[in-house]
This record gives sequence, C-alpha cells and structure tokens, in this order.
Amino acid sequence: MSENLKFVPHATCTFCGCVCDDMDLTVDMDEKRITKAENACVLGKAWFREHGIEQRPYALIGGREATTAEGVEEAAQILARARFPLIYGLSDTTCEAQRVAVAIADMIGGTVDTTTSVCHGPSGIAFETVGESTASLGEIKNRADMVVFWGGNPAEAHPRLFSRYAVTPKGMYIPNGRKDRTVVLVDVRRTMSTPVADIFLRVKPRSDFEVLWALRALVKGRRVDPSIERRTGVSLAVLEDLVARMKSCRYGAFLFGMGLTMTRGRHFNSGALLALTTDLNEFTHWVAKPVRGHGNVTGADNVVSWQTGFPFGVNFSRGYPRFNPGEFTTVDLLARGETDAILILASDPAANFPKAAIEHLKRIPVISLDPKTTLTSQLARVAFTTATYGINVGGTVYRMDDVAITLRPAFESPYPSDEEILSAIRDRVRALLGGNRVPAVAPAVAAAS
Amino acid sequence: MGSSLRIVNGRVYDPANGVDGEVRDVCIRDGKIAADAPPDAKRIDAAGMVVMPGGVDIHCHIAGPKVNLARKVQPEDHRYDVHPRTRVTRSGTGGSVPSTFATGYRYAGLGYTTAMEAAVTPLGARHALEELHDTPVIDKGFYVLVGNNVLLYRLLQEGRLEEFRNALAWWIKVTKAYAPKLVNPGGDELWKGQRNANITSLDDKIGPFELTPRKVIAGFIEAATALGLPHPVHIHCNNLGHTGNVATTLETMRLAEGRRTHFAHVQFNSYGPAAGKSQTNPTSGAREIAEFVNTHPNISADVGAVMFGRSTIMTGDAPLAYMLRQFGGTKWVNADTENESGCGIVPFTYQDRVYTNAMQWAVGLELFLLSQDPWRMVFSTDHPNGGSFVTYPRLIRLLMDREFRKARMAEVNQKALDRSGLRDLSREYSLNEIAIVTRAGPARLLGLTRKGQLGVGADADVTIYEEDPDKEKMFSAPRYVIKDGELIIEDHEFRVDHEGRLLHVAPDFDPGIEQVIEPFFEDFYTIRFANYAVDDRYAPHHEIIPTAPQAAGARP
Ligand code: SF4
Ligand SMILES: [Zn+2]
Repeated sequence: MSENLKFVPHATCTFCGCVCDDMDLTVDMDEKRITKAENACVLGKAWFREHGIEQRPYALIGGREATTAEGVEEAAQILARARFPLIYGLSDTTCEAQRVAVAIADMIGGTVDTTTSVCHGPSGIAFETVGESTASLGEIKNRADMVVFWGGNPAEAHPRLFSRYAVTPKGMYIPNGRKDRTVVLVDVRRTMSTPVADIFLRVKPRSDFEVLWALRALVKGRRVDPSIERRTGVSLAVLEDLVARMKSCRYGAFLFGMGLTMTRGRHFNSGALLALTTDLNEFTHWVAKPVRGHGNVTGADNVVSWQTGFPFGVNFSRGYPRFNPGEFTTVDLLARGETDAILILASDPAANFPKAAIEHLKRIPVISLDPKTTLTSQLARVAFTTATYGINVGGTVYRMDDVAITLRPAFESPYPSDEEILSAIRDRVRALLGGNRVPAVAPAVAAAS
Repeated sequence: MGSSLRIVNGRVYDPANGVDGEVRDVCIRDGKIAADAPPDAKRIDAAGMVVMPGGVDIHCHIAGPKVNLARKVQPEDHRYDVHPRTRVTRSGTGGSVPSTFATGYRYAGLGYTTAMEAAVTPLGARHALEELHDTPVIDKGFYVLVGNNVLLYRLLQEGRLEEFRNALAWWIKVTKAYAPKLVNPGGDELWKGQRNANITSLDDKIGPFELTPRKVIAGFIEAATALGLPHPVHIHCNNLGHTGNVATTLETMRLAEGRRTHFAHVQFNSYGPAAGKSQTNPTSGAREIAEFVNTHPNISADVGAVMFGRSTIMTGDAPLAYMLRQFGGTKWVNADTENESGCGIVPFTYQDRVYTNAMQWAVGLELFLLSQDPWRMVFSTDHPNGGSFVTYPRLIRLLMDREFRKARMAEVNQKALDRSGLRDLSREYSLNEIAIVTRAGPARLLGLTRKGQLGVGADADVTIYEEDPDKEKMFSAPRYVIKDGELIIEDHEFRVDHEGRLLHVAPDFDPGIEQVIEPFFEDFYTIRFANYAVDDRYAPHHEIIPTAPQAAGARP
C-alpha cells in the first residue's frame, strides 16, 4: 500500500438497489484501488474492492484493438443502417447515460428495453393495473412496526435492507429498533434471511398467489376454507393470526422480491400483493415496495417512463413510443430473431438469457459498453471499455424507493463514461441520418391501425 | 439568441404596459424585447393576428416523482394520444400526464413559455430537476413541499422562529425551488402516523406535535414574508375537495392578515354546505371566496377550473386521493416521503351529468366571472387535477363566449347548475383580460418582472395567434411562438428545438442553521446530509430570481 491515500466520504454503493450513500472510502491513488469501504456490507466491500482499473483496449472492433473514436464510428454506422435495432440494459449506469440511450432509440426508431423486463417487469405491469401504496425507505425506518418480506433473501442479496432501512434501525416512532417491529418472512424455503423473522411462513412453491388471495379474503372478512393449508402449506390459523396483526399494526410495509415476481403467477402475484396493500389501508397504514436488484434499475424505470410514458419494452419504429411487454421486450425480440442490431449498455445478457436469445445475439452486430470483459463483450462486434459508475464516474442513481442520489466518484479512470460514448454515438448517428429518422407512414394512420 | 426579429402589423395585447389591442411593432434583439431591430432583422407580418407575451402557468404538475408515478400508472392513457417525433423534436406520449418532451412541446404549441410545477418534495427535487431538464422549450421552476416537514414543525413548536425561518430558506435554496408550498398542513402526520386519519379543521392537533394547521400556516406566512420571496407562500388549503370547505378556506385567507399569500386552485376550496336532502352534494361557495379575494389585495389565487373528461388527481394531499379512489376506478397510488410529505394519485374522469362534477365546473367559471381583479385571480386547471392544460383553449372560450357557455350549461347536471350562481353571470372576458389571467397576472404574482410583458428588456417570449371568432380554435394553435428571441414555431410547425431555463430562488440564511439540521438527518433520514443539497449540474441553464433583500442589496 502506498502513502498516497485519498479519503472520499459520503460516497454511494451502486451494487444493489439499496444504493447506500454512506460509504466512506479510502483510495490508494497510486494503485487506483479502493482499499477500505466503511459502512459497506460484504457485497459492497467486494464491489469496491474489485473495481480497480484493468488494462483493456479502449475498444475492440471485431476483436481488433481500436480507439474509442473508431468504435463510435463503427457503432454509429451499425445503428444508422439497422432496420430494427434494440438498445438494452441500462440498469447499471447513470441516469445521464440512460437519457442518452433512450434518445438514440427515439432518433433511430428502434426499441429500448431494460433489465426490468427480466426482473421486476411483472411488478411494473401490476403497478399499471392496480397502482401501489409505497414509501421512501426512511418512512419504513421511522414508522414501520410491521415488515413483511416476501420472496426474497435480503440477508444475501440486499444486506443493508435489514440493517440500514427496515429491520434493526431505530426510527422516529421506532425508538427501540428491532424490538419495536414484527418481522415476517414469506418464502418457499429457509434461507440466510429466515432467522431474522419473528414469523416465517413457508409456502409451497407456486402457491404465493393463493396465499395472497386468501389474505385478501380474510382482510375483507370473507370465509376461507381450511383446505388452503393443503394447497399452500400454510394453515388457516396462521393466516388469520397474520391478518389480525396486519390490521392492528400502526404502519406496515411489504418488501417483495423476485421470488414473488418471477414464479408462477408473475404479475398476478405482484398485483395481488399490491391489492392486498391497498385493502389493508381501510384499517391502518400500509405500503409495499419491490426490492430492486441492479444499482440503478429504478433510475432506468424512471428515465424511460418520463421520456416515453412507459417503463420498459418501448418501441419507437412508428415515430412515437409504444409499449408492449412480450413484443418489445428483449428476450422475446431476440428469441424471435427480429432484432438486427443491438447496443447493450452495462449488462451481460449472453451470460443469463435463454439459449434461443443468445443464439440470435451471435448472429447480429452487437455493440457493448462495459467496464469489464463479459460473455456479451466477447461476442460483440464493437466492445467499448468504460469507466465504472459510482467509482470513476459521477452522475445520478435512483434508489429502489425512487430517491435520486448524486454519485461521488473515488478516482479517475482512463476510460470514457457510458454517457460520453453514447453522446458521441448519438451525435454521429444524427449526422448520418440528417436528424431524427421520421417514418414515412403518417402517424395518425399508424395510430389508428 | 443573437438573431433579431421585427413583428409588424399585429394587434398587441400587453396589459402590463397598458397596451390593449393597438397595432404596433414588437422588436426583438438578443433574446430580449428591444426598442428597435436592425434593418436586416427577419420580419413577421402579423396582420390579422394577435400578439401576446408567452403564457405563464402558475400552477401545474408536470415533473417529479409523483408525476412520473402518475405517468407510469396509466399506459392506457398514453396509447391513444401519441406525440410523434419530427426531424428536430423528440417523440413522446400524451394523455392527462404527458411524457416530459410532449409536455414541453405541447405547452409551447399553445403559446405557453413558462410553467411552474407546483408540488415537489425536497427529497424529490433532484428527480424533478432531471425531468424539467428533459422538458423542452419552456422556462420552468417548482414549488417545494414544506408544509408537513417534521423538522420545521419541531422548530415551530419550540418557538425557535429565527431558526425556523433560516431552515425554510435553507430548504428552498438547497433544492433549487421557486417558492414554498403548503399542502393540507398537518394532514400527512395523521395520514401516515394515525391509521390514515386527516385534519378536519384549522384547530385540530397535528398528531404528536403541539401544533395546529392554524399555527403552521401563520408561521410559514410570517417566515416567507420576512424572507422577501418573489412569490409568497403557495397554499393548498385543508379540507380541499370537501363539501362545506369554504369556511376553512376563508379562515385560512384571514390568517394572511394583510401579507401576500397565494391560494392554489381555489375552486377546489370553494364549496358551500350540502344542499337539499343530500349529505354530500355541495352548493357553490364561489361568491364568498371571490368577494374575499376582491376585497383583500394581499390575497391572490389561481382558479383550478374543472374541465369535463379525463384527468388525473395527483396531490400531496394523500387523504384526499384516498377518498377519491372510490370514484376513480381501480387504481390508487400512495407515496410517503420520509419527514416531508405524503402523495396520492387517482386516474379520474369528470362527467358533466354528475352533480358534484358539474358543480365543480360551475364554481370554477363563477370564480373567474365574479373576480374583479384579473391580476389576482389567474388561470389554471391545476393540470392535470381539474383537467389537462390542453383544455386551456376551451376554458378561454368558455370565458370569452357567453353563447358557447350557455350551450355547454344546457348539457350539464341541471340540479347542480341551479345551486350555483352561474346562470346569473353574463360577463365575457376580453382579450386583454385573457392576456392578464394567462400571462401578465401570473408573471406578476410570481415576481417574474421580465415575463408576461413586452416592454423593452423583457424576455422575448412571444406568441402570435391568428384572430378567429372561435376562441378555442384561436388559442389552440398559435401561428408563431418565439422563445428567448428564437422562432420555435413558425406556421404552426416546430422549426428548432430549444432548452428553456430553470427559474429558482436562493434566499440567504445563517449558515449556522446547518448545525441544527444535520443531526436530524443522521437520526431520521436515510440519505446523508452531505448528499442532500442539489448541486448546479442539475440546473445547467438557470436564472436565480432575487429575493427582496437581495434585490435591494444589489441596487447601486
Ligand atoms: S446493501 Fe447494497 S448498496 Fe448497500 S452497501 Fe450492500 S451492496 Fe452496497
Ligand atoms: Zn396542484
């Protein structure tokens, strides 16, 4: 370790949707490495430790080393030529970069989609159907005397959700912290999170919807048949006890994860949970919050929504935004072989998408932006190396509760930011197209068809 | 900027400078109105047209966390109302909560060049600023929600009035807000902390605080007056939307005691007691409110008119949205912000056959028609609460065209109309009065001296409408819109894109106040104090409007 240390207080961890902004970092400026991340959880510590500067080419074009400028030219040519281009990812970069990504999709008449379509997309759809009673995390810290975690394992995926926001912290009306809260966990199996709970409901796999619907019925004073236990693994008595507690608490909060949204029922599950939250407000105050994974996936939802009116899976080919999950979501577009070029921003679909989608990725020109070498960058026609947001790049990130936070980068990277590369691509594509691409079909006609 | 323009042959309406329909030239140089323009300046022949300053919307909801939730929750509302891109402008979607780009272009497309987002939580300021940055053409600002702020309550409760004032100034400055906004003062604590209860009178105790709405409102008026803000406290009164609320509204207005205070969307606070057998159907309280405003020059208001059709209730008044959810259909959004605010959203449709909706429509029109000072009773629909801003041209026609109004009156719930005073009112607004309520008046109430007028040195935000006996048509699509001297819309089409400015205030405060605020953050916020203030990167184009002491200090 060198003597050349820099202290960066109040930095933000972007590893998970908790977006903790109380990171006090120590940086070894000679080695360009973060040596200490005070307040970080194990995941955050690893995130900060692993993001030193790697020696990678600025860009690779067809596997050949190139400059960023050459990469921009090649990427712009690909996007300007493409007939059904797609821009995907977005959730691990700044809002500033996300805004440019959507601008490019609009300009070329392509599609923009985010990782929301493969994580909490069903919650987004449920939100569109029934709305949501929700809260900033500080309200949960200050007021929630009952917290229900559903379909998630925060101890391993969002550790500080417990310690900073929702279980142990003391709050304004929760003077004794953990002691003042009833904590419930609902899941299909025991996990590292289970011990935190006062009450653990182990539901049979694929029966979350039935449990939620039974709870709704009980909240509304309807009869539920005891056979519910055979179907769900949870007895009627347990459900009744839970409902009594939920109705009598002062401020209740659901925090739900992909164990609810990505299992059988999907947006029906999220919808049932959000509807249950609404129902409970007849009796006392209740809120619900999807627990988001990627550092700025919430920013991506917000940016795409304010620019287009829709949260993800937005197509611009008719000259205006259209939203249709299943049609304009990335896995579907790729699996059907419709996309003819793709820009992948800070995501690695080649590592986790279904086979048919990955096969198509191998057939089309891929442009990737990532600080690291990934499976996706390895099959890219143009692979840019970028600086890491939150570590080398400033900008804005939204916490899972929609609170926007400004990043404090710890040290400079020799590589450009996503925003810089995307802005250069946007400007070059605009020059190639002579402005926004406007479809020949009159919009009024298109809208009617 | 840079270019020069000379608008000739147009009938000019510039009420701030006493110009009422005279044919005269308007010259523009370097983004400002000028006494003259060089001979080679581009000429716009406005013969047969009306020239006005760009419109100024004093109260609307167009950007920030609650707006984006309202956008996200209504995909069906966007689908039928698309906003296609052009070679130079971005695409978007409309409906009652349009995307940011569509919002900017559509405001400009109606001849509006300034709009104020009326309710942003301090914690949501950064988000609101990001959206405003993506709202093109218009200049914009926002009001920051402070009326349910827990730390401010504590200071007020303990009688630490100087610290209260400093903390208020701090909150306005670090969020880059334009004015302090109170929404249903006291309501949030009961809503969030007492099983969804609400305030019902100015003398209710606010949960655990030794405070009442009366004390809170008076405290804010006092502090804002001392700070000399360009726009005073902007109040959304208690009991909004409730039958019989006119009493609460008048009581609140009296609390101003001669000091400048603005009352938001008063239509929603002008309902008399229930009529007939009904327990809930309100009568009209418009006459009482209009009379009070007419006779109290310190009071100003925007109407918040209701227009029939699709709207979205979105408000910091969470209990109100919860109440309305029973009429709104299936969707309801509630969003609590730590230590600062509540929020409710309900998609809603005003129906002309429904008693209450017809009464609301009538009360809005009555307020306009009974107002004796258009400078202080200005135009708004509380977009999108009373209706979308795209209905403004129709509302203008309702005010300017008695026959049109009568025809519309024949179609609404007649029982409601009988109990309103609308049938007795035959007044028609003149173009000059329209120019006052839609631009000169709001600009003056906002303390925006270079807006809403066409005197030398004013911002060159100019709208040119083709005269038409159908005023709805006339105000729907200006022939030309000029922003900061740039010809944005020519022959009804966008020629260039444009980025407007953020308008905000930065009142001075004793820096020692941060020592009072910071410990509260460590205990009760989930964001660090050091990360709370919004930095200048979020306002790349901005203009700070001075407070009275700052303006006085700057004078040579
Ligand atoms: S909880 Fe998430 S954001 Fe917070 S320190 Fe851990 S990984 Fe980082
Ligand atoms: Zn409003």
